[in-house]
Amino acid sequence: MIALSDYLIVAAILFSISVAGIFLNRKNVLLLLMCVELMLLAVNINFIAFSHFLSDVNGQIFVFFILTVAAAEAAIGLAILVVLFRTRRTINVADLDALKG
Amino acid sequence: MDYILLTIVLAPLAGSLIAGLFRNQVGRAGAHWTTIIGVGISCALSFYVFYQYAFNGAPVHNETVYTWMVVDGLRMEIGFLVDRLTAMMMVVVTFVSLMVHIYTIGYMAHEEGYQRFFSYIALFTFSMLMLVMSNNFLQLFFGWEAVGLVSYLLIGFYVKRETAIFANLKAFLVNRVGDFGFILGIAAVAMYMGTLDYYEAFERAPALANATVVVWGDDAWSLMTLICILLFVGAMGKSAQVPLHVWLPDSMEGPTPISALIHAATMVTAGIFMVARMSPLYELSETALSFVLIIGATTAFFMGLIGIIQNDIKRVVAYSTLSQLGYMIAALGASAYAAGLFHLMTHAFFKALLFLAAGSVIIGMHHDQDIRNMGGMRKYMPITHWTFLIGTLALIGFPGFAGFFSKDAIIEAVHFSRIFGSDYAYWLLLSGVFVTALYSFRLYFIVFHGKGPRHFEPHHDVHDENGDAEAQEHHPVHDEPKPHESPWVVTVPLVLLAIPSVVIGYLAIGPMLFGEYFDGTLTVAPIHATLSEIDFHGAAGFILHGLSGPAVYLAAAGALVAWFVYTRKPNIATDLARRFSWIYRVLDSKYGFDSFNQWFFAGGARQLGKVLWQAGDRAFIDGAVVNGSARSVAWLASVTRYLQTGYLYHYAFAIILGLLGLLSWFVIR
Amino acid sequence: MSFEKFLFYLFAVLLLGAAVMVITRRNPVHSVLFLVLAFFNAAGLWMLAEAEFLAIALVLVYVGAVMVLFLFVVMMLDINVAELRAGFVRSAPVALVVAVIMAAELVVVLGPARFGLDSYAAPDRHPADYNNTAELGLALFTQHIYAFEIAAVILLVGIVAAISLTLRRRPETKYLDPASQVGVKAKDRLKIVKMDPEENA
Repeated sequence: MIALSDYLIVAAILFSISVAGIFLNRKNVLLLLMCVELMLLAVNINFIAFSHFLSDVNGQIFVFFILTVAAAEAAIGLAILVVLFRTRRTINVADLDALKG
Repeated sequence: MDYILLTIVLAPLAGSLIAGLFRNQVGRAGAHWTTIIGVGISCALSFYVFYQYAFNGAPVHNETVYTWMVVDGLRMEIGFLVDRLTAMMMVVVTFVSLMVHIYTIGYMAHEEGYQRFFSYIALFTFSMLMLVMSNNFLQLFFGWEAVGLVSYLLIGFYVKRETAIFANLKAFLVNRVGDFGFILGIAAVAMYMGTLDYYEAFERAPALANATVVVWGDDAWSLMTLICILLFVGAMGKSAQVPLHVWLPDSMEGPTPISALIHAATMVTAGIFMVARMSPLYELSETALSFVLIIGATTAFFMGLIGIIQNDIKRVVAYSTLSQLGYMIAALGASAYAAGLFHLMTHAFFKALLFLAAGSVIIGMHHDQDIRNMGGMRKYMPITHWTFLIGTLALIGFPGFAGFFSKDAIIEAVHFSRIFGSDYAYWLLLSGVFVTALYSFRLYFIVFHGKGPRHFEPHHDVHDENGDAEAQEHHPVHDEPKPHESPWVVTVPLVLLAIPSVVIGYLAIGPMLFGEYFDGTLTVAPIHATLSEIDFHGAAGFILHGLSGPAVYLAAAGALVAWFVYTRKPNIATDLARRFSWIYRVLDSKYGFDSFNQWFFAGGARQLGKVLWQAGDRAFIDGAVVNGSARSVAWLASVTRYLQTGYLYHYAFAIILGLLGLLSWFVIR
Repeated sequence: MSFEKFLFYLFAVLLLGAAVMVITRRNPVHSVLFLVLAFFNAAGLWMLAEAEFLAIALVLVYVGAVMVLFLFVVMMLDINVAELRAGFVRSAPVALVVAVIMAAELVVVLGPARFGLDSYAAPDRHPADYNNTAELGLALFTQHIYAFEIAAVILLVGIVAAISLTLRRRPETKYLDPASQVGVKAKDRLKIVKMDPEENA
């Protein structure tokens, strides 16, 4: 049988991979957004797994909302990216240092 | 009795307030009438009170009028303690004050600030009465400070004259030193005796006679000695004793009437009065008495010496005052409180007389105070001349005059004293008699004898320099060929003061010194009872007894020397001054007290201020705290700004590393 | 090994492999495509966990809409890939260390010791007529109706924000202004001029 810990470990590894992705692709906003999507996916997997093993449908409701928010986030994030590229001709994070102290 | 006492105190205050606050409404005449009426009422009632106590044997009046507050059992009250000592002081204060009020009408006739002056002197009378009639230390301190304040205001009466401002500031600062000791003494009384009331304190004092306190390090000090010396420090300030005497000669910057009233007759005697009032405390500490005796004798002799070489008529009298105050203090030190008070009273009359007569001369000289410009004044100012002579004779102790009795009694008392320093004091006081006669008659001969006043170009005097309107008005003195006698408002007080200067000693010596007048008021321990060792067989007998002592002959010698040097051979004085120029310089610099104070205290304070300014204010507060905090914030910001790179991924890393840290903590825990 | 377990491992391995490819590809287009693969496999895992509705929704909505949006943006932007890859190798060790530590710690916490079958027994399978969608809908529209409404508003805001951010007016483009079209008056367009008739000479 598939144990709860199996799901959780898969999600944990997926999460770690996306963390590593953030480190690796720190210059590329697009990749950063994708890594965030992967992180959310890992979280969702956890919710689904717990929902299944605890026989509680509320976990799935959470996933539903996370998907909603993630979709909105992706839409807005990409819109910002497009505007950014239009004004700066780049999506290189290293060039975005207007917040520098 | 309550209402009489309250009226005595409040009548001058009312006069002062009316003259001061409504000066434009009441005008000049209104100002002097209101204050004179106020002080006159006070004076008349004082005589009544004095009569009741001196002749009808009224009981001691000790009542609280008003309780200000009670703090932890310590009652702070206003109250009156009237006994024979107080009654005498009240009479002296109000009588001299009344004389001065009348005199001022003539002296200040052409001055600005006429109403202000009257307001001040009436206020002074109020303050002085509060001081002498007090029945507790708090009110004593109030009166003490109030007379100091009025003294400050009056010394600086000519507010536009720089020397006057310097002098009044000096008086104020020097008195602060004394008052600091005084308030410490009062605090010690309140702390160890738990009361501010005189009688309660006196009752509790003997129990503390052998108490000791640790003030500094491990040395145990006698409590009574400490209290007495602290209180006496206040007296040293107020009564101008060495080394806190430096303000009194400078205070002559004020108008002459207040020199007579405040700086000769009343305020400066507050210290003597206070010590006498505290006699139950002083008798418990022989150390304090020795201290008082030595300070007094030192002042009496050495301040007299300076008087010999002064050329300002008022300063000569001022140094004379210092010297005489020294005599009184020395009497207190020898436990001859009655003699000190007796001298206080006689001195109040004849010194006020001398000051007012000197003021009359000054009026005659059109406000020129330099005795080198005077001479032969006796022809022009006969009344002034005769009264001045009476004052001088009283001062040097001419047999039969007031000063003779009081001064001889003091010298005798000190002679019989056996406490530490009494021999030193005796010889200084005895020599002081010669010195007193010398400077007194020097002044008398220079001013009233010799060639006529070099008076017709007196325009280098101080009044002209400050552009005083009055002095300008006096400029056409070229048209006035001769000085003339002063108006009656000036001469009447002179005559009225001359009478007690002659007779008061003869009348009062019996009851005051050797009678029962001060019984129950002053406390003298049997071993200190110096006065009772003097043989006394009536006032006339005392004169005869005095003629057999050295003091009278010393005085006569002083007067003769003055007569010979200053009328016959005036060049002797200049010769001596040249030959012993170092002595002259020492005296002229007043033993260097002023320059030392100026150098050490004023300069030291400036240096200290500079150091504190540079190191404390600029370097520490401004540099380190104010600018330093700003600078350290700026430095911190310049360091931490590198944390804010503005790069998105750095923030992301921070989040991830934080997550990692939390996770690790969670796992390891 | 049961078929179910085989499927689980298949999906899991593909999911993680795709994830690794997502973060290591040079070309962003490839990354997006691998991300799509990862989502597909995640959907498979969800299916195994009996979350059928969400699995389908993930494929339809996420892969069908969001990922296509990603792809669209990636292709639309002219990205200098070489520049963005700078420092990739240099940061690789750090990334590896952090990821390994994090994974190790997570596994320690979430491993079989705490969340194994002994602690959480596998639930019974639902019968064949079990309707996951109906159950989810029932919970969503009763218990979580407010949250649902808010989620709808968030999505609306997302749409509005995305449009208003990217929309721009070019000055050279001509637009119709319906308001002024409607508000036009006859006299603005038509001018009647009165003139004298021409005289016959």
